[in-house]
Parts: sequence; structure tokens; C-alpha cells
Amino acid sequence: MRRRKELSEESKPGWKSIPIGGILLEPGSAIKYKTGDWRTFRPVIDKEKCTNCLLCGSYCPDGAIIREEKNVAVNYEYCKGCGICANECPVKAISMVEERR
Amino acid sequence: MSKILGLTGDGAVAYAVKQCNVDVVAAYPITPQTLIVEEFSEYVHNGEVHTEFVCVESEHSAMSACVGASLTGARVFTATASQGLALMHEMLYIASSLRCPIVMGVVNRTLSAPINIHCDHSDMMGSRDCGWIQIYVENAQEAYDWIIQAFRIAENPDVLLPVTVNLDAFILSHSLEGVKVLDDVEVEKFVSTRKPVLSINPDKPITVGALCLTDFFFETKRQHVEAMNQSPKTISKVNREFAELTGRGYDFIETYGMDDAEVAIICLGSTAGTAKAVAKSMRANGKKVGVIKPWVYRPFPTEQIVKTIENIKALAVLDRACSIGAPYGPLCSDVIATLYKEGIKLNVFNVIYGLGGRDMTPLDIEAVFNETLEIAKTGVIKEPVKFVGVRE
Repeated sequence: MRRRKELSEESKPGWKSIPIGGILLEPGSAIKYKTGDWRTFRPVIDKEKCTNCLLCGSYCPDGAIIREEKNVAVNYEYCKGCGICANECPVKAISMVEERR
Repeated sequence: MSKILGLTGDGAVAYAVKQCNVDVVAAYPITPQTLIVEEFSEYVHNGEVHTEFVCVESEHSAMSACVGASLTGARVFTATASQGLALMHEMLYIASSLRCPIVMGVVNRTLSAPINIHCDHSDMMGSRDCGWIQIYVENAQEAYDWIIQAFRIAENPDVLLPVTVNLDAFILSHSLEGVKVLDDVEVEKFVSTRKPVLSINPDKPITVGALCLTDFFFETKRQHVEAMNQSPKTISKVNREFAELTGRGYDFIETYGMDDAEVAIICLGSTAGTAKAVAKSMRANGKKVGVIKPWVYRPFPTEQIVKTIENIKALAVLDRACSIGAPYGPLCSDVIATLYKEGIKLNVFNVIYGLGGRDMTPLDIEAVFNETLEIAKTGVIKEPVKFVGVRE
């Protein structure tokens, strides 16, 4: 069993120092919430097959498809691994690979 | 200069709200709370108040509108009863957890089925863990007085919790009493205007009601518990200031005859009035009986109850609600937990009474006192939970 400290609960602020009622005091703070660790399957793009059509990006509910200089890539900090991109890819360039941590 | 008006319990609540500079009232009528909404809407119609009155399609919507209004920094009131409170249930938690200092009049009526419009406390007791401060009153005067104090308590930055003021259906809601009311200016000075700590404001955006999972939810709840635990300081302070203004002193509990009582009854709401009258006549005949009436039910006045029962030998706890399947009714469970925690050995038994508006007569109460005296003498509790007033 992992100890509580290793789960990094200790590093977060306690009840005495957080704003009341779960209120967030700054706008646009969702970007700080890294949802990548929700993932059980990771989308992996085959650059050979990918035509950079960006349909995956249009369907991604989390805006986790990013454009790099020459290709499309996945932002794994936010990708929840839903697999919609793999399902929608017209050239089947995306495969879902099980996460192993 | 105070004057005396003939007001029903509901009327007293509406009159107090009229004087409290309330910005928004969102409410849905339900017997026996209807008079509150009806009379208040007349004040709105006549231009006697500046309040935005929101007619909603249900109590769920009423509380939702109250939460939204409260988050903008407005002073907010609503009222309900019975099924209405039950329909509000999920929003009650949201109001308190988002720390909205809403004040609500709850006219305690039983819950269906069978359908019944009369008094018992099963509506509020069904929502007792909703994180609101809960006050129970004995008469229309107390309803008036506590509504005014409730705004001060709820909106205090050290508290920021919603408050319910509970009054018994029909027994109080529809009975006319002489109520000493303050002048508008006196109330205005006492309650002032709400000064919100945080509010929804486009110039300084905040996010309210964001998803909060395993990493922060527990901390938020712990904070809520602490707010409730710290609220007694504010409640006492407001009670003191109200006493200075009106000469009417309030506290967490009211006691009668407890200085030398050998046995006592503890109960909520209007029954305490009958119990005090019965105690008075029994004491005149040399029976040392007393009455304890918690005004404040949440936060539970542990300290005050322990202090007052120090020297008694037996206690009857009267519950106008039953927690079916639990060992005792809700008030009795709290009292017994308190005694156990403090290591006090006292003969306690529970009386379930008055469900669906069944009268608790002076004779019934006298019988309870006599049984309590008998238990004090013998130390034998024949029935730990006794149903008084029900036909066998």
C-alpha cells in the first residue's frame, strides 16, 4: 500500500488555507488542472500514416491535440484517453495503447 | 419605541423580513408557510420594500434562485415547509456548502404519506445534516426576534452559513399573538446591509461551484464543519446586542426551574410553552420539575445542556419526529451522545409525540413529568422510547 505522502496529498494546501466554499479566486485556472492522469489508454499517432488533416483536433473534447512544426501531436498533460481521436481518424493513424505506470 | 401588533407566527416572520432590508425573496407557497409568502408579496406590491420577489415554479427552484442571488452579495430570504423542504433538500447542501448566508423560515409540518398538513418536526429533522444553523422557536415573538438575529448571524464573515428559523405549523404559524415589534429604523440599524466577503462580480471574476474531487472536497467539508463549530461566538454576540436593543434575552437554550429541578423535560418549539405551564403548576405543588428548550439545535448546544442537567436525576427527551429504525428520535440521540461523551450517567428516556399534529396536552406532559419523577426514584426505565398520544 502506498503511503499518503507518496500520493502527494501532503503537498497540497490544507483546509485552513484554501478559499471558502470551493471558490476559485482566479479566472482561467482550469489549465492548472492536469487531467492526463485520468488516462488508462494513451493515443499514439503513427506519423507515417498521419496526413495532418486535424480531424482528431476537431473532435477532441479537451483540446489536447496540438500542432507541432510538422505534425500533429497529443498533449499528454490533459489528454484523458477517451479515444475519440482514434475512432474518428480517417486514415487510422491513431492507436490506443494501454497505460502502464 | 416598540409597539405591539397582533400577528400570526407567519405574519411575524413576514413582518421581520419586511424590516430587514432584504434584496431578494424567491419562494413558493406551501401550507402552512403560505401566509409568509402571501403577506410579504403584499409588502412588495404596496412598495413597502425594495425587494426583488421571484415567483418560482418549485421549492427546488426557490432555493436555487436564492443561492444565485446570495452569491451576488444580496441579502436573501425564503420560506417553506414539509414537502417543500424535502424538494429543496439537494439545494440546501449547495446553499450551505457554497457558504450562502440565506435566512429561511421553515414552518414545521410533517412529511407525507399519508398526506397531512399539521405539525411535527420530521421535515427539518430529515434535513438536519444539511449544514445550516437551525433555530426552533416557541411563539410568534421568538419567530420575529430570531429572524432579525438570523441575518446578523448568517452574514457574519466568521460564519457565512445559512440559517433556518423553525416554527410549528398552525400552532404558531396561524395563531394570532401580540408581538412586540421594533421600529423600522431600529431594525435597519441592527441588521444594516450585507457586506459580502466574496461575490460574483464581472469586474473581479471568481469561479463558484467548480468540480472538486478527491484532492480538495474533504478540505472544503472540514472548513464547513469548522464554520459551524465557531458560529456559537457570533450567535452569543448577536444575542447580547439584541438583548441590549430589545430587553429580550436569547441564548442557545432556555431553562425553566432548572436551578433546583430533580427531573426535566427537554423539547423543541411550541411544546416548551405547554411544558413550562405544566411545570409551573407542578412546582406549586412541590414537585421539582424543570424544562429545557434548545433555541439553537445546530450547532448543538452541548456545553449549555451539560451545565443545566448537572444536578438532575432523570430526563425525558421529547421528539416531535421519529428516526425510524434508529434507537431514539433525533433530539434524544443528540442528548444521549452528549451525555456519553461527557461521562454523565443520567436516566434518560425518549418520548415520541405529536406526529402529524396530534396535540400534546398539559395532561400528557404531566404524565411524562410524573414518569420521570418515578424513574428518578426507582432508577428503572420501563420504556426507553415511549409513544405518547397514540392509540393502541
